[in-house]
Amino acid sequence: MNKYLFYPGCSMESSAKAYMESLNTILEPLDLHFEEIEDWNCCGATEYLGINLIPAYSLIARNLALASKQKNGTRTVVAPCSACYLNLAKADYYMQERPSLGEKVNEALQAGGLQYTPGTLDVRHLIDILVYDVGLEAIRSQVVRPLTGLRVTPYMGCMLPRPDYKHRWSDHEHPTELDDVLRALGADVIDYPLTTSCCGGHMTQIGPETAFELIRRLVADADERGAQMMATVCPMCQMNVDAYQNEMNHYFGTDYHMPILFFTQLMGLAFGREPKELGIGAELVSSRNALANIGVEVPVTQEPSAPKKKDEGLPMPRRWTKHEGKKEAVK
Amino acid sequence: MPQMTDERVRAGMTREEDLSLLHEVSMKTAGVSRLEMCIQCGTCGGSCPVALDMDHTPRMLFAMLRAGMREEVLRSNTPWICVSCYHCVVRCPQEVHIADVMYTLKGMAIHAKLYSDSTAPHFSQTFVDMVESFGRSYEFGLASRHYLRHFPLRLPGMMPMGLGMITKGRMAMTPKRIKQMDQLTAILDHAKTLELTS
Repeated sequence: MNKYLFYPGCSMESSAKAYMESLNTILEPLDLHFEEIEDWNCCGATEYLGINLIPAYSLIARNLALASKQKNGTRTVVAPCSACYLNLAKADYYMQERPSLGEKVNEALQAGGLQYTPGTLDVRHLIDILVYDVGLEAIRSQVVRPLTGLRVTPYMGCMLPRPDYKHRWSDHEHPTELDDVLRALGADVIDYPLTTSCCGGHMTQIGPETAFELIRRLVADADERGAQMMATVCPMCQMNVDAYQNEMNHYFGTDYHMPILFFTQLMGLAFGREPKELGIGAELVSSRNALANIGVEVPVTQEPSAPKKKDEGLPMPRRWTKHEGKKEAVK
Repeated sequence: MPQMTDERVRAGMTREEDLSLLHEVSMKTAGVSRLEMCIQCGTCGGSCPVALDMDHTPRMLFAMLRAGMREEVLRSNTPWICVSCYHCVVRCPQEVHIADVMYTLKGMAIHAKLYSDSTAPHFSQTFVDMVESFGRSYEFGLASRHYLRHFPLRLPGMMPMGLGMITKGRMAMTPKRIKQMDQLTAILDHAKTLELTS
């Protein structure tokens, strides 16, 4: 059994619950044992770093200190969220690169009776474990329902392959780890040059116009390449592309319908699990039509009704009309 | 007017070489920023997916830092538009920690109260408030406080999304609190008295 320390991150309990549910179903078949870091705290996302440096790094380092204390026969910490992964890896790396930062952070940790020696732990992302520890062959051997015919774009996001302090990824701009996993599941993987383009991060909250353009690029390109859905490794990417797609469409006058699922949900499906065990249906842009193509039936849930577009009223200029009328809305 | 400030930098009209601002930013940045190594090649701005929305490209901002233009730099929206995608960071031939410099500049702008739009600083602060209270992020509290304050007009359009998130169990109405909140508070309180000085 392969043991790891597990840092879930806040999203896995809320907006990305489907990621957690689906992850739980693939651990046993792949012989993975994840032990949660006891009483972990938020990593501060991209917010604390811009407010106050030493507290921000101390917040992150408390998790590293707790993990290094919690001996379970491993020194590898796994994070499924790209932002959490980056923050944990960054704190570990910078505390080494800049010893004075390491000293100050440890001084703060001591106020809570904790201590962390940078370099003690290996911080890795979930997909890194799946590709490089578990291996594609082991993944392929668990597939009982190949996703043959499902046209999917692999979306790695930005904070996973970059800045890559420990040189873990195949490439910084076009890594292929997610492509490989999806291909092992039998999916029809579409080459996606925007695979590491940013989803907008927190800009959906503070500068929506900036974020909407980034989301539009991702969705429009996936659509033009004939994708039926996108697959992601990051709660933030899923949230922005899924939950803000409606607002983005409204902003540009477009009518895209591009579902985005966590790659673990697709793994669960390929491993023979049922959609409801995998949190499928929790996405706001439904994946029902896309999955119907491969004979997977997603139970109908109550969809919140979108605001009706007004056809009457003042004529408003529409900035994006290329795709209008092309899509069928999901009932 | 970015072009004008850039010309002032190029024309050397700002002041005699005073690198104190550059050194201050470098000192306050996590890791070894390598900011002094910038060769003004512009790869950063050319790689940036949101450069169009910035007052200054990163290259221009770094030239302004070198020129000691404190107020102009701290008023620039550039660090607030930066989405931390690290595209510039992996392409920078001098390996400057560009994204981390942006975090430093945000902190300095907040400290000097020199940001021109309060939306982003307030969002960050609200997020941090939640984390300092509970030890975890609290999306419902964060979203409701933030939207009421900064985007009240966006709320009606966002109702379906918000309702969807709640009915699909993706947004908890109550916060989760870590067990050893006292320990975290003690750590953060002490951390707030510390600064990088070497």
